Amino acid sequence: MLKILVCISHVPDTTTKIQFEGDGSKLNKTGVTFIINPYCEYGLSRAIGFQEEGKKVAITALCVGGPEVEPTLRRALAIGADDAVRINADATDAGFVAKQIANYCNGKEFDVIFTGKESIDFNGSLVPGMLAEYLESSFVSYATHMDIADPESMTAQVKREVDGGEEVMEVPLPAVISCQKGIAEWRIPNMRGIMGARKKPLSVVSPNESLELVATVQFSYPPAKGNCQYFQPEDVSKLVDSLTNKGLV
Amino acid sequence: MPVLLFAEASEGVFKKPIFEAATFAYDLAQKLGTDLQAVTVGPVDAAAATGLGAYGVSKVHQVLGDSFVNAAFASAVAKVAESIDAKAVVMAQTYNGRAIAPRVAVKLSAAALSGLITVPDPAAGFDTTRMAYSGKGVEELKVNADQMVITVKTNGYKVEEHPVATTLVEVSNFSSNDVDAVALELIKAAEGISLTEAETVVSAGRGMKGPENWAMIEELASLLGAATACSKPVSDMDWRPHHEHVGQTGIQISPTLYIAIGISGAIQHLAGVSSSKNIVVINKDPEAPFFKIADFGIVGDLFDVVPQLIASLKSRVG
Repeated sequence: MLKILVCISHVPDTTTKIQFEGDGSKLNKTGVTFIINPYCEYGLSRAIGFQEEGKKVAITALCVGGPEVEPTLRRALAIGADDAVRINADATDAGFVAKQIANYCNGKEFDVIFTGKESIDFNGSLVPGMLAEYLESSFVSYATHMDIADPESMTAQVKREVDGGEEVMEVPLPAVISCQKGIAEWRIPNMRGIMGARKKPLSVVSPNESLELVATVQFSYPPAKGNCQYFQPEDVSKLVDSLTNKGLV
Repeated sequence: MPVLLFAEASEGVFKKPIFEAATFAYDLAQKLGTDLQAVTVGPVDAAAATGLGAYGVSKVHQVLGDSFVNAAFASAVAKVAESIDAKAVVMAQTYNGRAIAPRVAVKLSAAALSGLITVPDPAAGFDTTRMAYSGKGVEELKVNADQMVITVKTNGYKVEEHPVATTLVEVSNFSSNDVDAVALELIKAAEGISLTEAETVVSAGRGMKGPENWAMIEELASLLGAATACSKPVSDMDWRPHHEHVGQTGIQISPTLYIAIGISGAIQHLAGVSSSKNIVVINKDPEAPFFKIADFGIVGDLFDVVPQLIASLKSRVG
């Protein structure tokens, strides 16, 4: 039996027009749809893939967040996770989140822990590496492919993206694997999955005390753009003049 | 308490993101009134190591050996950081940097800060900034720890030289007993300019109508010394390889010049490229959302405009 934990980040949908509260303290959530972080969903899909290959697996989906993240966890159950866990704390500092997940993992003997390569809200890419360090487990970042040829061997065959190419790796389990495009295809839950998700267990766990070493002061918007200087299609050379004058070509 | 730069070598030498991180680390050391030292892990060309002096590195600690993956890299960097009691460890936001920084932060019980674009201000609680929400927001942060581990956004900090004399020191007796993955093979990407490091990127989308029309994009890129990129639909249809896909779920880039050809500019695409310093948009649809964030635009048929652009550039190169 492969025990798989899929860590899920609850994030604004990719099409969201990001707006902050007036004081910049946090995201204005009015009218915002939240989804499973797309990169985390790759991990969930890969986990389900192991099941379809005929391997015995148990898939737990975990999210650190308040009650508002439960629909996101239910969606993970609808897609195919067997049970879900919510650690009842706001996911702010990456170190805090990694520590909470590590505490939960303690004694549960997960063989594979999937995360996204990053969350599309904070884009920090910190939680997976911190989690691996807390668990003293092997770690593959930016994985694009994963097989477990023989579950008895407790090793996985993984490819990851590195600067200048892809690396083929042999990975001892347990391992933290941060996922990106390539490792699996996203799945759309079917009606049976959606109905079944309501009955699957979703437990709530209290957080452990842990320091937050980094705090958000405020959010603001990137410098506004929008002074587009237009050129007629027949004036391409004038565009090239402008680019040349700015030292861009 | 010095600042420690993790100078990550690729094939024994350093690339531009390392010099960006070095400049950032130097500026931080200046603000702290301390010196900048560096650590290298694995084989590094001696001239390249000494060359770090140009960026203000006064001492380079060299951890020798040839088989390092994340955990052992992180142990080596953390060991040197502890031995010199570093206030901050700074590295580039490369693939390796992203994997190693969080482990080093946990080892040192330090605050982990990724993708910074401004140097933390010691006079204001190490206040600093980074991009969040896939380029749609700027996050201002404060640090509640004595030490920091920082990655610097690629193409996010201007390289400057601050030459000093530098000495090389070998770190002996380093051994790692970390359990970790073993790299069996490196499949090198096709020769070309790295998309994340490129100063200029030529990117094209569905407006190209089919993969057979990409020759002019490649010609334009080669004239400009640019990397090529594409939109998500293009990579989904396999017109172009996945590693060229820029956008929210692809690669996020911030080149000096981004030329978008036949890409409408869906919000997910803009999230990956909006921090480009100059954006040129060529699209036949005047309502294409990309024009809203463009610096220069041409509303026209790309099959007319791009060949003209190539001709115009060629005439200047002479």
